[in-house]
Amino acid sequence: MRYFLIFFISFFITSMGWSRTLPICSDCTIQSITEGVSMASDFDTLLIKKGTYKEFNILIDKPLTLIGLNYPIVDGEDQGEIIRIVSDNVTIDGLFIINVGTSYTTDYAAIRVVKSEHFMIKNVVLEKLFFGIYLEKSNNGKVYHNKIIGDAVDEYNSGNGIQLWYCKNVEVEKNIVQHVRDGIYLEFSDNIVIKDNLSTDNLRYGLHFMFSNDDIYTNNTFENNGAGVAVMFSKRIKMIGNTFRKNWGTAAFGMLLKEINDAEISGNIFEENTIGINIEGSNRIRYENNSFLKNGWAVKVLGACYENTFTKNNFLYNSFDISYNSKLNDNVFDQNYWSEYTGYDLDKNGIGDIPYRPVKLFSYIVNKTPETIVLLRSLFMDIIDFSEKVSPVFTPDNLLDKNPLMMKTL
Amino acid sequence: MLKILKYSFYDLIRSRWSYVYFLFYLLLGFVLLFLNNDVSKAVITLMNIIIVLVPLIGTIFGVMYYYNSKEFIELLLAQPIKRSSIFLGQYLGVAGSLTLSLVLGLGIPFVLYGLFKSDAIFDFSLLLVTGAFLTLIFTALSFNIALSNENKIKGFGYAVLLWLFMAVIYDGLFLMSLIIFKEYPLDTFSLVATMFNPIDLSRTLILLKLDISALLGYTGAVFKQFFGTDKGLFISIFMLVLWTVIPIWRLSYKAKRQDF
Repeated sequence: MRYFLIFFISFFITSMGWSRTLPICSDCTIQSITEGVSMASDFDTLLIKKGTYKEFNILIDKPLTLIGLNYPIVDGEDQGEIIRIVSDNVTIDGLFIINVGTSYTTDYAAIRVVKSEHFMIKNVVLEKLFFGIYLEKSNNGKVYHNKIIGDAVDEYNSGNGIQLWYCKNVEVEKNIVQHVRDGIYLEFSDNIVIKDNLSTDNLRYGLHFMFSNDDIYTNNTFENNGAGVAVMFSKRIKMIGNTFRKNWGTAAFGMLLKEINDAEISGNIFEENTIGINIEGSNRIRYENNSFLKNGWAVKVLGACYENTFTKNNFLYNSFDISYNSKLNDNVFDQNYWSEYTGYDLDKNGIGDIPYRPVKLFSYIVNKTPETIVLLRSLFMDIIDFSEKVSPVFTPDNLLDKNPLMMKTL
Repeated sequence: MLKILKYSFYDLIRSRWSYVYFLFYLLLGFVLLFLNNDVSKAVITLMNIIIVLVPLIGTIFGVMYYYNSKEFIELLLAQPIKRSSIFLGQYLGVAGSLTLSLVLGLGIPFVLYGLFKSDAIFDFSLLLVTGAFLTLIFTALSFNIALSNENKIKGFGYAVLLWLFMAVIYDGLFLMSLIIFKEYPLDTFSLVATMFNPIDLSRTLILLKLDISALLGYTGAVFKQFFGTDKGLFISIFMLVLWTVIPIWRLSYKAKRQDF
C-alpha cells in the first residue's frame, strides 16, 4: 500500500511536469545542455554527468536547476558567451566552464544573468575566461563558492571575474578570484554583500566599486593585486574586517578611496602595501580599529578630505604613517597607537602625555621630489624631521594625535 | 703578517675597550629586545644604530690604535718584515676584533631570544654583514688618515670630520642637489650618489629588506629594476666590497712609500 502511494505520488508529480530530473551525458537520450534546456519544462533539474560538452550560447529561459556531477566540462571553444540566464529562479551548481571567447566589442561571459531574480550560482569553476560571472540588472541572487582563475596579461583584452551591473541585493560569498582584470567589479549596484572572498593576483583591482551605494564587504582577503580595493564615487559603504596584503608597485594601494562619503572602515588589516589607504575627495569616513603594518605609506591624503576621523587604529612600523600634500587639515586623529611614538605616560592612564605628530617633514619632501626616497631612514633626515616636529613649518600644525595610546589596541 | 695580526688581535682582545664595546652591544641587544618584545622592530632600531655608531667607533678606534701603537710599528719597521704585512696585520687585528665584538655582542642576545625561530633571521644577518663591512671600511679609512698625518690632533680631526661628512653632511648635500635639480630625471643620479657613500650604501642595502614597499612607490624604471629585483642587492654588496678593498690597497701602497 505504501509503495503504491509513493509510486502514485511520484507518477502524479512527473506527469504534472513538476520537478523532473533529466540526466545529460554522452550516452543518455539527452546529449547536450542546449537540448536539455529545450526539452525541460519549468522547475526541472538537469543533471549533467561527467564529460566534455562543447557548447556555447546556451540560453536558459525558464526556471531550471543545472547540477553538474563531478564537474563536467563545458568548453566554449573561444566562440563567445557560454551560458546566458534570462529567467528567474535559475540555479547553476558544479560546472567547470572553460574557453570563453575574447572580444573587443562584446563582453562575453562564462555565465551571464540578464534581468532575472533569485538566481543562484555556486560551486562553479571557471578557467580561460574573458568575463567570468556577469550579472546584469538582476536582483536578489547569490554567487556562492565559485573559483575563477583567469590568465589575464593586459588590461585592455581581459575581463572581470565577477561583475555586477545595475544589481540590487546580491550576495557574493566565499569565491576565489585570481588572475583576471578586476576580481569583483560593481557598477551602479546597491545593497550588495560581499564576504569571505579571496581575490589575488589580479591585474587591476581586487574589488572595484563604481557609483554603488550602501554595500558591505567583510572578511575578504586581497593580496598582490594591482591595487587591493578601489572604492570610487560611492556612498555609505561598510568595509569591515578585510585583509589587504602585498599590493606593491608604483600605483599600488591596499585601498583607494575616491569621492567616497559616509563610509565606515573598521577592523581591517593593511599589511606591506606600498600605500595602505589612498584618500582623495572623501568625507565623513570613520576609520576604527584598523591595523597598518609595515606599509610604505599607511595613509596618504591627497586633498579635499574633510571630517574624517581616525580612532583606535594601530600604525605599526610603516615607513610613513600619514602623508599630506597640503598644510590644511580638517581630519581628526585621536587615540591611535603609533609605533614611532616616543612620549611618556606619567599619570599611567594608558594615554601618552605629549601629542604625536604623524606627518613627517620627510614625507612632505618625498611628495615634492620623489627621488629623495633613497634617503629614507638617513640620520640627516631624522635630524630635520626632529626639528620639524619641534616647530612645524611645512606640515599641517594642527594635525596631531592629542591622545596617542601607549599600548596596541585589539 | 699573520703573526702581527695575531699579536694585535690578542692585544686588543685583552684590552679594556674591546670588552666595553662588546658589552655595550650585548646590553643594547638585550635592552632592545626586552623593551620591544618583537624581533623585527628591534632590527629597525638596530639598523639606525649600526649605520651611525659602527662607522664612528671604527674611525675613532682605528685612529687611536694607530697612534698608540706607533712606537711598536717603528720597532717592527726596523725588523726584516715586509711593510705591507706590518700595516695590514695591524689593520686586520683592529678591524677583526671590532667586528667580532659587534657580531658576538649583537648575536648572543638575538640568538637567546629565539632568532632562529623568527622570520627576521635574514634581515638580521644582513644587518650583521653590513655592520662588519662598515667596520672594515671605516677602520681602513681611519688608518689611511692616520698614516698620512703625523700630527695626532690633525689626524683625529680629519677622522671625526670624515665620519660627520659621511653620516650627516653627505646626505644633506645629496638632498639639496635632489631638490635643486628636481626638474631633471634624477633616478640614476640618486642611485649613483648612494654608491659613493658607504653609509648610504649600507642603509640602502637594509632598506631593500625593510622598506621595500615604500621604495617601490616611486615611478621610474631604473628604481624599479634596482629595488624590484636582486640586482640592487648584488650591486650594493659589490660596491661595499670595492669600498673595503680600495682603502686597504691604498693603505699598503702608502705604507710602502711612507718615510718614517
